[in-house]
Amino acid sequence: MKVLVPVKRVVDYNVKIRVKADGTGVDVANVKFSMNPFDEIAVEEALRLKEAGKATEVVLVSIGPAKADDTIRAGLAMGADRAIHVKTDETVEPLAVAKIIAKIAGEEQPGLIILGKQAIDDDSNQTGQMLSALLGWGQGTFASKVEIADGSVDVTREVDGGLQTVSLRLPAVVTTDLRLNEPRYASLPNIIKAKKKEVAAKTPADYGVDISPRLEVLKTAEPPARKAGVKVGSVPELLDKLKTAGVL
Amino acid sequence: MTVLLVAETQGSALAPATAKALTAALQIGGGVHVLVAGAGVGPAAEAAAKLSGVDKVLVADDALYGHQLAEPLAALIVGLAGAYDAILAPSTSSSKNVLPRVAALLDVAQLSDIIKVIAPDTFERPIYAGNAIQTVRSKDAKKVITVRTAAFAATGEGGAASIEAIGAGSDPALSSFKSEALAKSERPELTAAKTIVSGGRGLASAENFKDYIEPVANRLGAAIGASRAAVDAGYAPNDLQVGQTGKVVAPDLYVAVGISGAIQHLAGMKDSKVIVAINKDEEAPIFQVADFGLVADLFPALKELDAELAKAGR
Repeated sequence: MKVLVPVKRVVDYNVKIRVKADGTGVDVANVKFSMNPFDEIAVEEALRLKEAGKATEVVLVSIGPAKADDTIRAGLAMGADRAIHVKTDETVEPLAVAKIIAKIAGEEQPGLIILGKQAIDDDSNQTGQMLSALLGWGQGTFASKVEIADGSVDVTREVDGGLQTVSLRLPAVVTTDLRLNEPRYASLPNIIKAKKKEVAAKTPADYGVDISPRLEVLKTAEPPARKAGVKVGSVPELLDKLKTAGVL
Repeated sequence: MTVLLVAETQGSALAPATAKALTAALQIGGGVHVLVAGAGVGPAAEAAAKLSGVDKVLVADDALYGHQLAEPLAALIVGLAGAYDAILAPSTSSSKNVLPRVAALLDVAQLSDIIKVIAPDTFERPIYAGNAIQTVRSKDAKKVITVRTAAFAATGEGGAASIEAIGAGSDPALSSFKSEALAKSERPELTAAKTIVSGGRGLASAENFKDYIEPVANRLGAAIGASRAAVDAGYAPNDLQVGQTGKVVAPDLYVAVGISGAIQHLAGMKDSKVIVAINKDEEAPIFQVADFGLVADLFPALKELDAELAKAGR
């Protein structure tokens, strides 16, 4: 079984982003980029399936600018076999991303697609669900455990009240939550090896997908700032303050 | 213009998140119909019919929807979508699962987690863990939207909408329910609580989390929350996680104990009315958003807090 893993290049989770003064967006010049952390968990899960003999090949897909090659190489260095880079400098919304990946799935015929539940830049949490809809497959979102059975996969999902386990007919789409696994670090020899792995260069047009946006961003603004308050010296003083504030 | 609001249920009852998302639906304007889908959800449908501003309640009461599986629920909503200009739901784990599937089947973009309705086609939503707010206009004829419930007050009762039973849709048979492990708690639900006591890595163990956080939460009638670090370390279950990818809360009082305040955590609680931070590291970023900060070792501080609240008759 082949496993397809879509990965996204995003501003590193440690970076405190700045909104541009003119309201046109977020300033991402000269900031560190990394693989979306949830996608890293997806790569790790796919590799573990391969190591357990449940998967035969792990193929990465990334849709993004030339620099997304760094993200792809990071995944290849973790151990993925090869990759497809769909190059574009445009902003690609989740629906268009899902359409492109659905076309790739048609060509590659994976048994499972694993991806992050959300990207930490646009925080949409949509792509996996949209992808499974377009493919007519089952979906196991927010996974904290994935177990492959014969022709199906059991996915334990983190839901509002606790955990829910569903069984999906394969092929299926799984989106990862934080507790699924702890991604490995790439070793130096594997980083060097990754440079030679095959990365197919494609464009959205190759898949006949119209990526023009459905949403128009009118403005990007700073959130209302919250001022730091006061330090209190003791527990009784804290309780006094809370009583005065009317919350106790 | 008519909006279809997909209700959130808890067993047979209507979840409070529904009345909050209704407020956003009413701001979009036009009529509002509420879809209640589940098994044995008659009481939820009756509660939805009482909400002010609801014109009609559609109830799909069938075992097929008992576990809110995404595939049959999305098929049901898509079947109803033709009559509506917008499909809304509170941003819960269930609708986060289902609505993007609906959007893709309708070939429209989804607006996730809106925090403000500017116009029927224009909304504000947070990006980058709430560190930027986008104003976004949808160019699609039909809108699919999830609503961040912490950003909207609940609409009250006072309505008397008609309830119409609708038949179950087809079952795509792509998935099946196996089991669930749901937390049972007498405490208020995290996203609906007026007070939250939240613990972080500083608690250092699951036993401490229970022994130190619970008594104070009990005295305050509070829900219990946790930082990602505390959940990852196994001190608290996943359904307590507050943050960018966990639950987003805005209680009247949020007490953060032993939480350093990573931006991903702040994203989930910085809209709380009053924030208290108890942490022994005075440089911890949590103090930059806290109204009242206590630099102290959390263990004696929580014991003292428990004792003082007891003295005050809480």
